Amino acid sequence: MTGPAAPGDPDVPEDDSDTGVEESMAGFRRRQDGVSARFTAAQAGIIRNLVGQVADLIEGERTRESGTMPDAGADVGPAPGTVPPMGEAAGPGAPFGMEDLAAMLGEDGPTDPPDDPVLARLLPDAYRDDPAAAGEFRCFTEPDLRSAKVEAAQRVLGTLPERGGRVRLSDSDAQAWLRSLNDVRLALGVRIDITEDYGQQLARVSRDDPAAAYLWVYDWLSVLLETLVHALA
Amino acid sequence: MSVAPAEVERPETAQEAVPDTPWVTIVWNDPVNLMSYVTYVFQKVFGYAKAKAEKLMLDVHHKGRAVVSSGTREEMEHHAEILHGYGLWATVSHDR
Repeated sequence: MTGPAAPGDPDVPEDDSDTGVEESMAGFRRRQDGVSARFTAAQAGIIRNLVGQVADLIEGERTRESGTMPDAGADVGPAPGTVPPMGEAAGPGAPFGMEDLAAMLGEDGPTDPPDDPVLARLLPDAYRDDPAAAGEFRCFTEPDLRSAKVEAAQRVLGTLPERGGRVRLSDSDAQAWLRSLNDVRLALGVRIDITEDYGQQLARVSRDDPAAAYLWVYDWLSVLLETLVHALA
Repeated sequence: MSVAPAEVERPETAQEAVPDTPWVTIVWNDPVNLMSYVTYVFQKVFGYAKAKAEKLMLDVHHKGRAVVSSGTREEMEHHAEILHGYGLWATVSHDR
């Protein structure tokens, strides 16, 4: 685990003006009906890019592994709220296949952990020394876990304008941000090999190192998440 | 129609409800999750007071792992599922 990554001034003075670069570095603060933060266009772009990448990674692999996710825009049956044509699918001439049944019951998850180390970290084994139990748990829970992570990412994208600016979040949306920002940090942590000596990694990295930019982004996201936790706690 | 029995037979499950060897949920240390975040998640998920949540967080941080809850296997799997949703590295284990 790690403490606050960049020791900034935690007592940022209250400033209700909607302008100012300083505020966009201050992160989240508590509001009456939720939390708020201000982002520059560049900051919004970075968050949207990374959150989108993690969601694509999770969703892309889900499609490949389960084989039951319909393509976007495909005909997936009646619209929500309409009654499905019972006679067609359930009639004796067209019984449900076992795959359909498994999909309905939500038992379409894989039993092996993902090959990609980022996905393996985001979707970890629940049993350390029991592969069979881990596989069974994964089979039952992984599809829902993937869906929840993708949904959280989509809520971030839906509440963060591309051009940045003031973001006001309900407590519910703030929970989605909390999980999604942390997923991005977990993903970056695997990709750039964050260790317990992270502070030294940051101090040692040279400006010419291609990893430097990712380290700085990771550091900034850590501070941002820290402010969100404190705004919610 | 019959009248209800005066006394309902008491199910003898009081003893069985507490397994001799309960299952536990363990959270493992990792270099990414923030200490404040982990404390917050323990409070949010388990309803623990801040002091208890912080102690568990520090156990994870210093000892590498901590038992954060115990109960039936089903309950522990549900806890692990929720903690995975928050990105914590949680596993289920039989407490022997």
